[in-house]
Amino acid sequence: MVDIARRAGARMAVKSKSMATEEIDLNEALEREGITPVETDLGEYIIQLAHERPSHIIAPAIHKTKGQVAELFSRELKRPVEADPEELTRIARAELRQKFLQADIGITGANFAVADTGTVVLVTNEGNGRMVTSLPRVHVAVMGAEKVVPSMTDLMVFLAILAKSATGQKLSVYTTLVRGPRRAGELEGPEEFHLVLLDSGRIAQLGGPLREALSCLRCGACLNVCPVYRQIGGHAYGHTYPGPIGILLTAMLEGTGSVKELAHASSLCGACADACPVRIDIPKMLIELRREVGDQKIAPWIERVTFKLLAQVLVRPALYRLAARVGRVLQRPFARGGTISGLPLFLDDWTRTRDLPPVAARTFQERWAAEREAAP
Amino acid sequence: MTARRRVSLMVTCLGDLFFPDVGFSIVRLLRRLDVVVDVPPAQTCCGLPLFNSGYHAEARAVAARTAELFRDSEHVVVPSGSCAWMVKHEYPGLLAESGLAALAGEVAARTYELSQFLVRVLGATRFTSAVPGRVTYHDSCHLLRGLHESRSPRTLLENLSGAELVDLPGADECCGFGGSFSVRLPEVSTQILDKKLANVEATGAGCLVACDAGCLMQMRGGLTRRKSPVRALHLAEVLDGGRP
Ligand code: SF4
Repeated sequence: MVDIARRAGARMAVKSKSMATEEIDLNEALEREGITPVETDLGEYIIQLAHERPSHIIAPAIHKTKGQVAELFSRELKRPVEADPEELTRIARAELRQKFLQADIGITGANFAVADTGTVVLVTNEGNGRMVTSLPRVHVAVMGAEKVVPSMTDLMVFLAILAKSATGQKLSVYTTLVRGPRRAGELEGPEEFHLVLLDSGRIAQLGGPLREALSCLRCGACLNVCPVYRQIGGHAYGHTYPGPIGILLTAMLEGTGSVKELAHASSLCGACADACPVRIDIPKMLIELRREVGDQKIAPWIERVTFKLLAQVLVRPALYRLAARVGRVLQRPFARGGTISGLPLFLDDWTRTRDLPPVAARTFQERWAAEREAAP
Repeated sequence: MTARRRVSLMVTCLGDLFFPDVGFSIVRLLRRLDVVVDVPPAQTCCGLPLFNSGYHAEARAVAARTAELFRDSEHVVVPSGSCAWMVKHEYPGLLAESGLAALAGEVAARTYELSQFLVRVLGATRFTSAVPGRVTYHDSCHLLRGLHESRSPRTLLENLSGAELVDLPGADECCGFGGSFSVRLPEVSTQILDKKLANVEATGAGCLVACDAGCLMQMRGGLTRRKSPVRALHLAEVLDGGRP
């Protein structure tokens, strides 16, 4: 892609929102070549000014308040700017209008590509995608290889699903269909068009355990309902794609080893799978990743030993009963008033913030057996 | 005269070790409904903690053993939605190649979470509350999204004499337990819990009802830590207020 830009003699590239270009660190690569990338999606523009990465796959700057955005803009324009969303948008619009006209190359992602007509499809709510694909001399679209749908009829279905799950709209405000460069007699459009398909481990998953994740539309619904994402935010995941689906995509793109901890960053509550419009069973695949992490022996040894021991106890009822008795003895110094409020060392992970019930004086099965004996 | 129904109680590890009263409430409830209850001896666990952490070979061994224990059961009743889900949803796949495939399928088909068994099998919906006043209900994730059950527990609580069911805002949101998640990411788990408990306290209910021992451990642990007047109880304990 840098080659294409270089050949076009580009100094500036305007971009519409694209997670695929985030995935390959395109902005950094362009900058190294002296080409200035300019993000034109409002959210992306904000985080580019802040030198950050998107924290959400469709709302990249969702972690910023309007006050923070106003501060950023003030710094950039070297004049005070009011924290009013409409005013902020007007400013960004004016700034970006200049860039659209100056840029030599336009870079976009793609929400879909249609196989039977050779069409690349882009949806936006701001219309910036349309400017990026029509004003500069060269247009490069980058997309994951999995985003191809067979026909226009299929596209109609997916466009409606995407808009509904992403933002609750019937359709996004702008749906841009691109079928290559400007043709003879056409008044607008680029002189050159390039389509870049990313593999990065995707194709290998066609028959793999994570294949369902290839159906992801990047609508973001699973992030919005995820209790973990809602607490920690997108950046805490530490990779391009955040949230529950992001864990699967990271494993796909960077290998299972890269998610050995993240695979456990889920309570497996299933809200993601419930919200997903294409019914991707994310919890099932998170468990699968945990299995791979365990099988590859990249889980911490203490964890592996603990679970193997637990398994031994659970298939031997005599050991299980013994463990209950041992637990009762060991908990004695800590169980007060029928509850455990603190435990030493790493055992404190639970009790730091929550009380723990002690092992009952007599377990259900002990009491049951005693009652049977008394009154058979 | 129809033959009396027979139920085998799968008490589960948490039920056995930490909440024995819940098991006895279930036994009383079922006996009052003229059900013959047995408890197959030497039970341990359904294997869910191993399974969810990715230790599938180990989970398979536990599942095989547990399925065998309930081989002759007419109905299997489980106090936790998550364990019921494990048996119904995961046993068949887990035991598919173990020679126990048929057994796993049969046990799965005969297994019920308590509220489902009461309402959908026995048609029993009228009970007397052991905790008078306002109660509210938390949907545990595996019962709600795993077994698609949100109605049965509410039917029981709506018809509960002596108690008034009030809606819990965000009832379908996770309590933050998630098994080993609760100690792997204790801060995140607790933040999720705090949100849940704030919602619970805002209802003004004196009692928070759930159908899962895991959620109860988490939510009760949080409530007593913050010295809340709200008690977290298992559905069986709440229904166990004597004959209607
Ligand atoms: S996994 Fe499903 S819900 Fe999440 S972004 Fe992809 S399509 Fe949307």
